[in-house]
Amino acid sequence: MSWFHRLWRIPTGRAALVVVAVIGIVAAVSLVWTPLDPARADAYTAWAPPGWPHLLGTDGTGRDIASLLMAGARSTVVVALGASIVAIVVGVALAALGALTSRPVREAVAVAVDVLIAFPVLLIAMMIAAVWGGSLWVVIWSVGIGYGVNIARVARGELRRIGRADFVLAARASGLTGGQILTRHLLPNTAPVFIVQLSWSMAAAVLAEAGLSFLGVGAPVTLPSWGLLLSELQGYVAIHPLSVVWPGLAITLTVLALNLLGDALREATDPRLTRTRSEARS
Amino acid sequence: MTLVVRELAIEIDGSRVVDGVSFEVPSGARLGIIGESGSGKSLTALAVMGLLPHGAHATGSVTWNGREILGLPDRELAAIRGSEIGMVFQEPQTALNPIRRVGGQIAEAARIHRGVRGPEARALAERLAAAVGLPDPAGIVRRYPHQLSGGQRQRVGIAAALAAEPSLIIADEPTTALDVTVQKGILELLASIVADRGASLVFITHDLAVLAQVATHAVVLERGRVVEEGAVADLLSAPTHPVTQGLLRDSKATLWRRHD
Amino acid sequence: MIRYALTRILLLALGLLVSSAIIFAALRVLPGDVAQMIAGADGTPEQIAAIRSDLGLDRSLLAQYAEWIGGLFTGDLGSSLVTGSPVADQIAQKARVTIPLGVFSLVIALAIAVPLGLLGAHRRDRPSGTALNVVTQLLAAVPVVWAGLMLVVVFAVGLDWLPAQGFPRAGWRDPGSALRALVLPALTIGVVEGALLMRFVRSATLAAAGEDFVRTAAAKGLTRNRALVRHGLPAVGLSIITVLGVQIAGIMVGAVVVEQVFTLPGIGRMLVADVGARDLTMVQSELFVLTAFVLVVGFIVDLIHHAVDPRLRERA
Repeated sequence: MSWFHRLWRIPTGRAALVVVAVIGIVAAVSLVWTPLDPARADAYTAWAPPGWPHLLGTDGTGRDIASLLMAGARSTVVVALGASIVAIVVGVALAALGALTSRPVREAVAVAVDVLIAFPVLLIAMMIAAVWGGSLWVVIWSVGIGYGVNIARVARGELRRIGRADFVLAARASGLTGGQILTRHLLPNTAPVFIVQLSWSMAAAVLAEAGLSFLGVGAPVTLPSWGLLLSELQGYVAIHPLSVVWPGLAITLTVLALNLLGDALREATDPRLTRTRSEARS
Repeated sequence: MTLVVRELAIEIDGSRVVDGVSFEVPSGARLGIIGESGSGKSLTALAVMGLLPHGAHATGSVTWNGREILGLPDRELAAIRGSEIGMVFQEPQTALNPIRRVGGQIAEAARIHRGVRGPEARALAERLAAAVGLPDPAGIVRRYPHQLSGGQRQRVGIAAALAAEPSLIIADEPTTALDVTVQKGILELLASIVADRGASLVFITHDLAVLAQVATHAVVLERGRVVEEGAVADLLSAPTHPVTQGLLRDSKATLWRRHD
Repeated sequence: MIRYALTRILLLALGLLVSSAIIFAALRVLPGDVAQMIAGADGTPEQIAAIRSDLGLDRSLLAQYAEWIGGLFTGDLGSSLVTGSPVADQIAQKARVTIPLGVFSLVIALAIAVPLGLLGAHRRDRPSGTALNVVTQLLAAVPVVWAGLMLVVVFAVGLDWLPAQGFPRAGWRDPGSALRALVLPALTIGVVEGALLMRFVRSATLAAAGEDFVRTAAAKGLTRNRALVRHGLPAVGLSIITVLGVQIAGIMVGAVVVEQVFTLPGIGRMLVADVGARDLTMVQSELFVLTAFVLVVGFIVDLIHHAVDPRLRERA
């Protein structure tokens, strides 16, 4: 795919892609191997400073932080992928509803979307958690719905823009149904926009997981999670201040990479960037 | 009041978009710069004014009344802009500030260079609005740009360029974005204003027929280079370069369409 | 203008209604029985029924919803399922911490974002501009939790300048301590939100610099910088106002987290606790208050925008 090559040529895009891939690989690897057992608590080695064998030290119950971070990457990956898939599905569905149906339905959907956009992701998460209790699904669904509505708005604009293009009018004239036009013409042409949104919604999902797990409505205590680790270490920050650095760095690095990836993807897929150069020439 | 451009070159992102352009505009002259879109006409004008877009760099020589102005610090160029050299832009839609009233925008150059304010400024704006043929000058200066038509907005642009009485006016495709029926009025306005004030005019366009109505001499640009120059009458009757010939064909076609 | 305001008020009312309905409906999907939870594992059916009728849970959903909505106008939002204290009082009391926190954070965010955003645009080609860009990218990726913890590490634990947590029991009757307690929390939110806002200000300023009418102003005799300031910045200001609505939602979310980190007795921390305790009457009103806040802010921003932009004001 040409946009991939263009992405690779942008230095930040290249670096971001590498970092994201590394995190994914680490998460996968952690399923079969970690330096030490992340769940193994050993009171005698509690609060050990970085060294050997605990490369990043240990926490209050003696668990190896480096292994915890590796295992925690799994929750991060699950949430990021899950939330962005939900977001894309919700977004496209809402946008398709808005683009392909009759006027009154379209208006109703538009109003609903505009109201839902005001709901911050956190409030949606609280609502879900109040009913079903905390879990990674809370994070996935709240970020998915919150961002899905955003994506719906973006998609609405894109579909409207492309829907007026000549080749779509031609397809309509040759008798293709709305659904066929959507899948064969509209979606492939708006895919780059969605890919960019996907990257940003993944970044938002990672941040949300950190915050929600910290608050206790995200990952349950049985799952390894960076946000959960932060909440466990919070109480001891006065005595062991440096322990919170590691999970926080992991989260920040992941979010930064995903954000930069999204920015680079936008640059790589933006047709306008090639146009401005020739515009300047006249 | 002479403008002399010698070997002007403009680079954007490493590529030369204007190369070796030279021309002269003596006092009271009416020079046209003509070429297809992308030939570097607007950039040349912007380079003279020191208003090149971000990322573009100009080299060569631009002298105004014997003084080298290319590469001057912005503060000194700003002193010349508006008061000695004025510019009218192509898109009336975007060239005016949408949240300011029209009158203030007309008188602005006078406020900057001559400190004209308050009722004096309003009177000046009304005078200029009348001079450019705007209806109901007293009322129109209180309106906002979105309340005016495209042709009216362009007249506002011309009035604004005149406020500090410059001796050279550069008009960058001032009629291209306008309706054909409106174009003639604007061209006549420009020609008469320039004649009345004894100013010089540099008129940029891609339409040879339009050029013929305002300019006496012209340079033809293709891909940033001057390919032909001379009196407009000669260019119309006996163009030598294929680009000029092509432009002539295009404008004849437009003339045909207009007379339908 | 009046007509526009009336339409927006109507839409605001509609939005509030729809939000309240969504919140109410979502919370009633509970797979479980609140009355049973309160009665405990060994509660008899009669006890459970008594609790249920006490709390009004045996009436139809519509009746319960109507009572809640009616209560929003009279100020009686029911009582907590856990403690029995009136919901409205609790929210009003905790708001005395959360609202000042929010305002403080907003001020800090603007104070960081506007000057640095302008600077970043001005120095876009210089190394200082790139450095600024990198720093804000980094800050925008930092989770609020971690930012708060790091500030605690540096300023409370390390330097001992400010309290690491808590709010004075005397509340605002001791304004000095109250403010000191809010400094680190507000700084946490302000810096993270400020980073996001700064990138917006920078891109809005760059867009303004490229506007044709700014170029026209320079062509009349202003230096390019002056032209940007005099003609471009008002447009930038307008777009900042538009974005402010989103920012305030972000600040509110940050407040919920920060109140937890710094143990502040605000609405956010109360919400988290009540969600954990499944105290539905509290949660539903808390969620509604927060949502209503976001909607009202959006409404105000809309009106300001409409009042200031002449293109929207008149339909000549």
